[in-house]
Order: sequence, then C-alpha cells, then structure tokens
Amino acid sequence: MAETNQDLHLEDLTKRFGDFAAVRDLTLTVPNGTFFALLGPSGCGKTTTLRMVAGLEDPTVGRISIGDQDITRLRPYKRPVNTVFQSYALFPHLTIFENVAFGLRRRGVKDYRQKTLDMIELVQLGPYAGRKPAQLSGGQQQRVALGRALINEPGVLLLDEPLGALDLKLRRQMQIELKRIQTEIEVTFVHVTHDQEEAMTMADTIAVMNQGVIEQMGAPEDLYENPVTTFVANFLGQSNLIMTDIIDGTGAEVIVDCQGQKIGVSPERSHAQGRKAWLGIRPEKIFASHVGEGEQADTNVLRGGRISDVSFIGVSTQYLVAMPWEQELMVFEQNTGRRPLFNNGDQVDLSWSSEHAFLLDADQDAHAGMMTPEDRE
Amino acid sequence: MATDVATPPLTGPGPRRVKAPRRSPTRWLSDHMVLLIGVLVLVYMVVPIGYIFALSFNQPTGKSANAQFSAFTWNNWTSICAPEGLCDSVKLSLEVSITSTILATILGTLMAFALVRHSFRGRGVSNLLIFLPMATPEVVMGSSLLAMFVSVGMDSVLGFLTIVIAHVLFCLSFVVVTVKARLQGMDSRLEQAAMDLYANEWQTFRLVTLPLAMPGIVAAALLSFSLSFDDFIVTNFTAGQSVTFPLYIYGAKLKDFPPQLFVMGTIMFLVSFVFVVAGEVWRRRRARAWAA
Amino acid sequence: MTHGVVPPPATTAAVDGAMARRRGWGWLLLVPGMLYLAVFFVFPTVQLFLTSLYDPSGNYVQGYTLTWHFANYLDAIRDTWNLFVRSFIYAGIATGVCLLFGYPLAYAIAFKAGRWKNFMLVLVIAPFFTSFLLRTMSWRTILADQGPLADFLRTVHILPHDGRLLATSVAVVAGLTYNFMPFMTLPLFASLDKVDHRLIEAAGDLYSSPFTGFRKVTFPLSLPGVVSGTLLCFIPACGDYINAELLGTPKQYMVGNRIQSAFLTEHNYPLAASLSLILMAIVVVMVVAYVRRVGTEELV
Repeated sequence: MAETNQDLHLEDLTKRFGDFAAVRDLTLTVPNGTFFALLGPSGCGKTTTLRMVAGLEDPTVGRISIGDQDITRLRPYKRPVNTVFQSYALFPHLTIFENVAFGLRRRGVKDYRQKTLDMIELVQLGPYAGRKPAQLSGGQQQRVALGRALINEPGVLLLDEPLGALDLKLRRQMQIELKRIQTEIEVTFVHVTHDQEEAMTMADTIAVMNQGVIEQMGAPEDLYENPVTTFVANFLGQSNLIMTDIIDGTGAEVIVDCQGQKIGVSPERSHAQGRKAWLGIRPEKIFASHVGEGEQADTNVLRGGRISDVSFIGVSTQYLVAMPWEQELMVFEQNTGRRPLFNNGDQVDLSWSSEHAFLLDADQDAHAGMMTPEDRE
Repeated sequence: MATDVATPPLTGPGPRRVKAPRRSPTRWLSDHMVLLIGVLVLVYMVVPIGYIFALSFNQPTGKSANAQFSAFTWNNWTSICAPEGLCDSVKLSLEVSITSTILATILGTLMAFALVRHSFRGRGVSNLLIFLPMATPEVVMGSSLLAMFVSVGMDSVLGFLTIVIAHVLFCLSFVVVTVKARLQGMDSRLEQAAMDLYANEWQTFRLVTLPLAMPGIVAAALLSFSLSFDDFIVTNFTAGQSVTFPLYIYGAKLKDFPPQLFVMGTIMFLVSFVFVVAGEVWRRRRARAWAA
Repeated sequence: MTHGVVPPPATTAAVDGAMARRRGWGWLLLVPGMLYLAVFFVFPTVQLFLTSLYDPSGNYVQGYTLTWHFANYLDAIRDTWNLFVRSFIYAGIATGVCLLFGYPLAYAIAFKAGRWKNFMLVLVIAPFFTSFLLRTMSWRTILADQGPLADFLRTVHILPHDGRLLATSVAVVAGLTYNFMPFMTLPLFASLDKVDHRLIEAAGDLYSSPFTGFRKVTFPLSLPGVVSGTLLCFIPACGDYINAELLGTPKQYMVGNRIQSAFLTEHNYPLAASLSLILMAIVVVMVVAYVRRVGTEELV
C-alpha cells in the first residue's frame, strides 16, 4: 500500500448548504501513513469534510485527490477510502463475519473467507463471528466497525467520532489500540473528533477547525504551546488571556505593557498585528509565590494578585487569582508537597519564563473556543 | 423467617414487625385489575372462535343458522366440499387475495420508498390521496366503484378482475403506511456504509435496504392478505355473479347454513395459527442459533 | 461564558438528510400507485357524485339521465336522517367501549403480561385468523333466544322471561364492539409498548400517584395509538351493515344497510350515491376535526 505516493490532498474545498458554508476554501495535505485529526466543536465542518472525502457529500467547489488520482466526483464505492461511522452503522441483519466480509465480497475477492477470519482475529472477536451486532457490547461493535473498514486495505481510513459512544475507560483503551494498529499497518487515518485530549493522544498532526475553516494545523505540542488564535488557545486546554499594549516589537524579545507591568515574549510566539495584543499564558506555566519571595526581575512578573479560590483536585491544585485590573487568572500547581498550599485571600506574585507566553491578535474574541463540557459534545 | 429466630426480641419491636407487611387483598386486586380486565376482554374475543370449533362438529337438527349444539359428528369434516360451491368460493377467495396482495404490496412499497427516500413537489397531495381511502367507509368505496363500473360499461364483466381492482385499492393505503413506518425507522447511515464498502446502488438496495425493509413489507403483505380474504362489503358491490368465501357465507345465512362453513372456518383458523406460531418459532430458533 | 459555535438550524438537518432524501427521478416510484388511486378512487368518487345527481325518475333498465338533480340529497336526508343518527350513535358507542376495554387489554399485554405477552398477542390477532362473517354468525348462535347466554340470564332474572338478546340494539353494538376490538387493541399496544418504562417510574419518583402518573405520562405517550385505534374502529363501524343485519332487525338498521339495498336490491342509484357521499362527507369532516383536535400526524 505504502509503495507509491498516496498522500491525501484537499484543494480549495468548499461545501454550501443553501446560504450556509459548512466548509470554506479548505486546502490541506495529509501525508501517507500519518494519523491526522480534524478537531473542532460540533457544526465546525469537520464531519462534512470527512463525508466529502468519503464521497457521501459532493463538494460545491474544490478538488480531492489521493496521490495522483482525482476522486472528487467518484461514487463512494469507487474510492480507495473506507469509513468507521459514528455509532458504527453495522448491518443489523448480517453476522459479524458477513459484516466484515462485506467489502471484500463486493469487490469479488476470492479468498475472502480466510482474510475475514484473520481480520476478525486481529480485532479479537474470534468467538463472535457468527453473532449479530446487537448481541455485542459497544466496544466490540467498535472493533467490528474498524475491522470491516480495515480489511479493504484502504488508502485512507476515515474515522467519524469513532469512540464517542464508549465510556471513558474503554475510550482510553481504544485510543491506545487504534494508535497501535495505525502504526502497525501504516495506513493514513483521518480522525474526526471534538475531544481535544483524544486528538492529542493519537494524532501526528491536528487541524483545528472552526466555522468551516482551519484555524491552525500542526503537531499536538506545537498547537498547544504556540497557538496562533484565541480559539485554538481556548479549545486546546485552557489559557489566561490578558489585554496588553505592545511597547517594542523590534528587539530579541517583544516587550508588552501588561496592565502597567513589563512582559517579554519571544518573537516566534508573537502572532499579533497592530499595537494591542492578547497576552496568553497557560495556567500550569504560571508560578505563584508569596509577595517578595518569587522572581525579582522586572519582566514576566505580575504583582498584586490575591488568591480568590482554591480547588484541590489531587494531582494538582487549581487557584483563581484576582488581579488588580478586575480579571481572575487561573494557576495550576502540581502537588509536589514541597510547600504548603495557598489560602483564600493570600497575596501572591505570578511569574513565568518568557518562552512560555504567546501573543495573539487583539481583535479576536477572548472567549472564542471556550466552552463547557456539554458544548463540546 | 430464619432471621426472626436468630434475633430475639430484646425490647421493643417483635419479630412480627420485622416481617414485610402483607399486601392486602384489595392491593393485590388493584395491582392485577388491569390484567384481569385484559383477560376478560380476551375471553370475549376468543369465545366466538371456540363456538366455531364446536359447531364444526355439530349434527344439525334443523336448517336454521341459529342452531344450537345438538350432537357430535365427524360428518361435516369428511364432507367439507359437499355444499355446492363452497370449495369453489374458497378457491376464488384465495386467488383474489393472493393476486391483490402481490399487486398492492408492490405498488404500495414503491410509493412508500418514493415518499420516504425522495423529495419532490406535491408530497402533501400524495399523502392526502393515500389517506383518503382509509377514511372512506367500505360501503362508500364499494358503491363508488360499482357506480364507475356501471358507467363505463364494465358491469358485464363484474367478477375476478373487478374484485381484485377493489381489493388492491383498499389494501394499498395500508401497505404504504406500514412500509413507510418501517423505512422511517431505518438509519440511512447503513446504506452509506454499504456504499463505502464497495456496494453500488443496486447492491446496496439488494443487500442492505431491502432486507432491512423486509419485515415491514412482509407485515404489509400479511395485512393485505387478511383484509382481502375476509372482505365482504366492498366485494359484495363489485363481485357480480362471482362468489368469494365471505359472499358464500352471507348467501348461506339467507337459506340453510351448512355446518361445513364452520369446518372451513376452523381449518382457516388452524392454518393461520400454525403459520404464525411456526414463523415465531423459526425466528426464535434463528436468534438462538446466532447467540450460541 | 458559554461561547458556542451555533450554526443556523437548517444546516444540521441538511447534513443529516443529505443522503436520506435525494432529488431526482425517485418520485417516479410513486406514479403507478398514484395513477391507480386516481383511476380507481378519485374517478369513481366523481362518478358517484355524478350518479347522485341523476334524475331519480330513471331506472336501472332504461338508464338514467344526468340532470344535476341536487334535490336527491334533500330527499335522501329527509328519508334517512334517523339512519345516519343511529349509525353514528352505534359506531360512537362501539368505539368508546372498544377504547374503554381495549386500553386495559393493551396495557396489560405491554406492561403486565410478562412471559405471556406473545401468547396474549396471538389471542388478540386470533379473530383475524377466521372469517368475520363466521364469527358474527357464531355470536348469533350464542345470543340466540334458545342459546346459552340468554338461558343463563333468564335463569338469574337479569333478563325478563320473554326477553331477547338477539335482535336488539345491544346485540348490534356488542357485535360492532367485538368485530373492531382488535383494530383498537393493536395500535394501542404498539404505542404503549414503545413507552419507556423508566418514564413511568420517574413519574412515581416525582410523587405522582400511579393514576396521576398514568394520566400525565403514559396516556399522553400512547395518544398516537388512541388516535389510530379510534379511527380504525369508528370509520368502518359507521359504514358497517353486517352486524345490524345478522344481529339486529330492520329496527336496528344503519345507513350502510340502506345504501346496499338501494344499490344492489332496488337499483336506485341516485339515492344510493347521494347517501354514500353524505356518509363519506360526514366521516371525513369528523376524522379531520378529530385528528386536528388531538394533534397527531401519525396517520397522514
């Protein structure tokens, strides 16, 4: 399979439903054999993109190709692409064996029996080959769906929220399992999910989608450490965003005025145009200290904080710190036990090293991508 | 009550209080009231069938259809076809209902697919036209068909053809409704999955859509058959000189009422019963075979 | 704080239904059936309408002429209004009794029958296994003057010495009730069986007495079944004439009896046609009003 160039290319892909553009001018390349995740909230266009690759939806504009083969207008059954559907879509009237053998038999593969049995063995469902899907648990059904797609040795395997129906523990297991299988067979996986942890655990590359466009694409660490929009900063993990004025953008560090205190940010992490910028800093990168005990340097210290809430959650403690400019910042601290916890009302200074902060365009909504767990569903 | 013995009453509560309070007879009655009424209604529904059984073994004394059971005999069973035209009428009924079931099921299934799976203008009108025959009393449907047959000069050919035309008409709407309900409950992702797995449109239909719709189609066909086979009113208007089984019974009540009619009724009952039970047993055995 | 990305509501439907409903030539599947309905339902109804306006002085042998004789309707109503009233009263009572007793039966099968569920269901459909005319004849035997039920009732003095069961209104309504009971019970069962039992428990948990729980939760959820059941009973019962003929006397005759004798015995087509159309009009109006009122579109 991996012999030739099998990269998946999407070029200027657009899909409109009436006046609403579900996907806008999407261009990306998924290198052969990688695990690629399309991450975003519901309605962001990720499932529509997937369905266009599968051939279940016709793009309004644009081109889809695998290697040199243009598949934009091919019927679903002519594409070297298979899908693991959300809630699996197993054929209820067929046995597990018949479900898994379905694709091979349609293509007239002769020795489909042995291959099917091998695949059922691979997904560890040997004893269940004769059963109907309804007689299997959720995790088992998930593996049938995976085997049913993988047996066709697709150029690209599409996964539409494949783990959404499983409980948390099973989901973690399947994440590791999926990653293992993908590494083993070196097939391109395109995985659609709204679960940022799931995407970060499994994917080599993540594309964060919002309102029909890709906000940012890259390796999970890059996206997390160096987000370029407030949406990505908030959707992947959590961020403190503080409004600042840029004082000097020409030196080795970009210097900003953060509510009267000078902060330095490395230039490759500055994505702000104009004079104002959101200063972003992850809660776990901030070090809280009693007044006068922390860093004494002039940069990267915010003074005048007061602990307003303490949540002890075992491995870590999460503080809310009220700042003089009426904003509360989040600070996470590992419970190493080296020093006692702060109490409500304690006065603290906050500091971080300058390579951990980032600057974002000021004309964005600071709450973009921020949502309660229910919204993420 | 072993626990009562093991824990002697020390001070206050004696063992009797530990025991779960007995439910009073009125509580039992109110709990089972619904079941009781249900069983009584079932008895009401089944009693006349028992009577048909019994009367099939009756040695008739007079020629009245009100005849009560007088003496036991096997004669009716050994001479089923003795009353003139009885077996012919059953044969005609079978021909009529099988033909109309096939036609109505095909037409109605196509319509159901069109309504559920395709978008087009005029759905409202279509739905209304399908609903109206169900809201039409049979006597109206029968008389309008007769009025038409007479006015287009078909009154000379009243018989098999006109009966089948009428039966397809009143079965059609029920087929559409039944199959539609089944199709609406189907997940369209299953068909997408089939297409994704290299099945073309026709294979998808044959291997996934049709098998999944089949229970609905079979139910619709069974319903059609039973409506058609048992229909009297519409048939009475459209049959001309032909005699179906229900028409035969109706004709017989005006003259003598041969007990062989009850034999035929009993046979019909037993055949249907065996079919239903066998179908259910087959279904369960298959389910169990998969489970094993 | 909740800043969700909310797409216009139309889009999710568009995404979900994109494959389910396709434009194209699929509507052609509808054509044969619609043609059938047009030729054998719409056209005959028009014919019936024209027939109802024939000159009543014509007859079967010489033929009729179309004179737009709307007075046929007035004549029909004047002569047979009591039959209409009786038909709707009988059909109404029968439907009511079917609902009153069919509901507990359907409820018992859905929730109380346990492992007897399938057996009870088979008994409900058992009447379909044999001819309804035979079953009605069988009732005629049971209710006969010298039959077992009348004998018993006379013995316990519920029925006076010369009292009859057969050939009374009660017998006709009982016959209608009997014949349409399965048509009531099956749709009721179908919708009750779908009710999630946890909902009823939740109602109990929220301090509903069993009866309130039933009234507020179970019954509203079974409403589609109630609607289809009552329609499936009431519509055919209105036009039925077999029960009146076999279990009653001309004093109990319904409008169906009159239509059939006008058509098939007297060959008075204009009268029969106008009666049919009046019946159909009343039934359709009642059904539409009822469906609107109860607010379900299950049937359509």
